[in-house]
Amino acid sequence: MAAGPMKMRATLNGGVTDVRVLMTHPMETGQRKDPDGKLVPLHFIQNVTVKLNGRTVVESQISQGISRNPVFSFRLKGGAKGDRIEASWIDNHGETNQTETAVA
Amino acid sequence: MKKLFGFCAVLGGAFCASLPAQDAKKEIQRYQQMIAEGSPVELFELQGEELWKKPQGPKGVSLEQCDLGLGAGVVKGAYARLPRYFNDADRVMDLESRLLHCMMTLQGRTREQATLRVFGNDDRPSEMELLSAYIAGQSRGARMSPGTTHPKEKESYELGRRLFFHRAGAWDFSCASCHGEEGKRIRMQELPVLYKPEHARPVMATWPAYRASNSQFKTMQWRLNDCYRQMRMPEPNFASDSTVALTLFLTATGKGEPYHGPGAKR
Repeated sequence: MAAGPMKMRATLNGGVTDVRVLMTHPMETGQRKDPDGKLVPLHFIQNVTVKLNGRTVVESQISQGISRNPVFSFRLKGGAKGDRIEASWIDNHGETNQTETAVA
Repeated sequence: MKKLFGFCAVLGGAFCASLPAQDAKKEIQRYQQMIAEGSPVELFELQGEELWKKPQGPKGVSLEQCDLGLGAGVVKGAYARLPRYFNDADRVMDLESRLLHCMMTLQGRTREQATLRVFGNDDRPSEMELLSAYIAGQSRGARMSPGTTHPKEKESYELGRRLFFHRAGAWDFSCASCHGEEGKRIRMQELPVLYKPEHARPVMATWPAYRASNSQFKTMQWRLNDCYRQMRMPEPNFASDSTVALTLFLTATGKGEPYHGPGAKR
């Protein structure tokens, strides 16, 4: 399955940058059964990395406890208008996706 | 120095239910606020836009030339003006029936083929759901103003109003059985009194919507279909005149509200 879209917004608010990342992902827990009663295998995002102008600011390890189509939001001290923010994830199947945006 | 000082993940699911009613109501409001903040509707909008521009059907064309009421290809603000009367089809149409019309006329698809899968699941949203997300999202901020002046629109509104109050089926239910009196609930969910403008406004300005409890994007046609299922009535035909009439009645009742969907529901 090809990775679905990803979307990110970063807005500067009085010296603090609010970053919101939306990811499309099934985030299967490995405990759900399909209509035939077979377990749906684990499939979840393992790592989310966020970079600001090429420098890593968030490196997170997440697990199957996170909901489908997760939203990550965090606040970053500093950052200036026009700074480039990149976010990427990799899941347990090795699939990846990334997106980037400029701080507005 | 750039420093990170807050990191949160929005979780779905787990929710405590054994609270006194008042606290529970507050907790539900808090929960609704949380799902609204973490709403992934934009992802559905992006997929819908892709689909809108994708050539399909025997004629191999996209839906981009579909006239949603403001002229061929105009998407901005179109949803807020629906349902309305369409000259070319000589009937009142809501978003989904109009999309179906465009799929048949522009793309040359048959009704059977285009309505094969109108309601999706959490693994694969339906075409209608993705398209609705995109088109409705393009009306953010536009005031809801469905057509209410053409004789056919008036006729449809009247039909919708009658259907809303019409009791039938195994349980002798009407929409008004649940949505006709203040203070009614289904489980802990307070039910809006949908023939009252102040109740209909926030509801109609947020559908179609993402439902956090099953991670699915749902259309207005689905909402009505599921209401009929809950009333134990025969399943209404997709995009039929009666479902469009009900949508028009509800939208016209809630008109004037700036569209602020696609919403996020429990």
